[in-house]
Amino acid sequence: MSSSSQDTESWIASFCGLLGHEYFAEVSEDFIEDDFNLTGLQSQVPMYKEALEMILDVEPEDDEDEEEEEEEEEEDDEILGDERPAGYRRTSDRRHLRIASDLSVIESSAELLYGLIHQRYITSRPGIQQMAEKYEMQHFGTCPRVRCNACKVLPVGLNDCPGHETVKLFCPSCLDVYTPPNSRFQTVDGAFFGTTFPSLFFMTFTDLELAVNGVAPHNLAPGLGPGNIYEPRIYGFRVSERAKSGPRMKWLRMKPADVTELDETRAYWEGNEADADRPDEEDLNMIDVADGKAADRRKKIVGRRRRANGAGNSAAAVGAPVDTNGVGAAG
Amino acid sequence: MDDFNSETDSDYTSYWRDWFISSRGNEYFCEIDEEYLTDRFNLTGLNTEVQYYQYALDLVTDVFDFDCDDEMREQIEKSARHLYGLVHARYIVTTRGLAKMLEKFKKSDFGKCPRVMCESQPLLPMGQHDIPNTSPVKLYCARCEDLYNPKSTRHAAIDGAYFGTSFHNILFQVYPAMLPPKSQKRYHPKVFGFKMHAAAALSRWQSDERDKMKERLRVARVETGFEDEDEELEDEDEDEEMEGFEGATVQ
Repeated sequence: MSSSSQDTESWIASFCGLLGHEYFAEVSEDFIEDDFNLTGLQSQVPMYKEALEMILDVEPEDDEDEEEEEEEEEEDDEILGDERPAGYRRTSDRRHLRIASDLSVIESSAELLYGLIHQRYITSRPGIQQMAEKYEMQHFGTCPRVRCNACKVLPVGLNDCPGHETVKLFCPSCLDVYTPPNSRFQTVDGAFFGTTFPSLFFMTFTDLELAVNGVAPHNLAPGLGPGNIYEPRIYGFRVSERAKSGPRMKWLRMKPADVTELDETRAYWEGNEADADRPDEEDLNMIDVADGKAADRRKKIVGRRRRANGAGNSAAAVGAPVDTNGVGAAG
Repeated sequence: MDDFNSETDSDYTSYWRDWFISSRGNEYFCEIDEEYLTDRFNLTGLNTEVQYYQYALDLVTDVFDFDCDDEMREQIEKSARHLYGLVHARYIVTTRGLAKMLEKFKKSDFGKCPRVMCESQPLLPMGQHDIPNTSPVKLYCARCEDLYNPKSTRHAAIDGAYFGTSFHNILFQVYPAMLPPKSQKRYHPKVFGFKMHAAAALSRWQSDERDKMKERLRVARVETGFEDEDEELEDEDEDEEMEGFEGATVQ
């Protein structure tokens, strides 16, 4: 990917260029340099300061950087204690003082730190944009499920803490997670991508979902539902559900033919037409899955919500301006 | 196997089937017995399906001694592979064929399910059609009962008809003990720890459908085959807690 300038390649670029690191985005240095983005990472990563220096390719010789370091050092002192080599000030010696094992510890710390920063970065605006470009170029591969028609997938972690699970792939077409086909990804920690990223991605780029089998964005999980469920057959005859080896897992790939069936709010309020707490008609629709007009209506609803929130806070108040069903009685 | 392979690469006339099943990309195939291949009854109808049928059959059964140019030889070789595949689809549903494929299944020769919640369940090869040249081979997972594309492109080129639409289902009818317990575990898309509404609504609806099916099976007095029913109970507990919480705030 980024092998053009080998000699001047930054740590981040070379890390992302490693075999198996194809899923990573290159976190911008601005993001890393903002301390706010690193809140709490200090306690999770050993040799935090050295690791951070390594990621940012901070050359200790550089006088400007040293000043910055000194500032940071004051904060860090309590945690890092007196691990510093004696000749810390003579920065040119510092690299030599580090023995090889030390360097490898820092290297692995840097990788951990980078991963944890990466988890935060890809949910930020520039990060998610960068991942969108990678997604478009199909860097994360496609869903192995036959009925998903090679829908593009996104990396996901099953845990936000490092050291639990390796990276997995989330398919927006069947809302399921898969193991990456290549074993080289089995060394990549899932926490470096986080549990939030893919869901947030598809909430952010609602129009991207159009690309999922060419179905409109409000159409949830296009790879599921009637016609997309495997029906086991023997010599053309369907295997009965009552057979011991019969199908039991169809529910996993099922979807109501009419997605509005999933509007639990509406289902709940049906038959309670006269209830004072009943929200108005439009609020009953589940925005993500409601029928065709949902996409244009979304903006309207958001605007209306804002107004409603400003006006009051109870459920009755939200319904008040439009709903005439017994609101007067309740008030 | 490697020794054997290099030995036969230059020599078509010996043990063609051994060479075929041990060559790269043919890992899904099992070896068809000589007796099965030589019984004409088992080959009924294949003579119209395969070009140079007799030569191809001779090649497969190692009795090929026809002098011809390389081009012709290549044609016959291609036909022989096609013939082997078609006979293979018939052979693997016989008792001996099933046993051979079961061994390969146990060794995970066909790969493992890519779905995370299936926890590396071994797969079985299958075709979506019984007619050759319609669709390539797919892999069936008995745990999630779904079809997946083979990881490797060299497998994706194999014709699905060489395995057929029935084989994997027959295998579990014959060996019900090999059926893996079904899992109710599933993935919940979340943002900052909160479930995505649409996906969660869908999964609740799916759980209802599953419970309906379980009820149908219970009425019919059939085992459901699910392993982790208590998993679901935990989920329910969670929901109840949530409801309790909501109730508390309302009052």
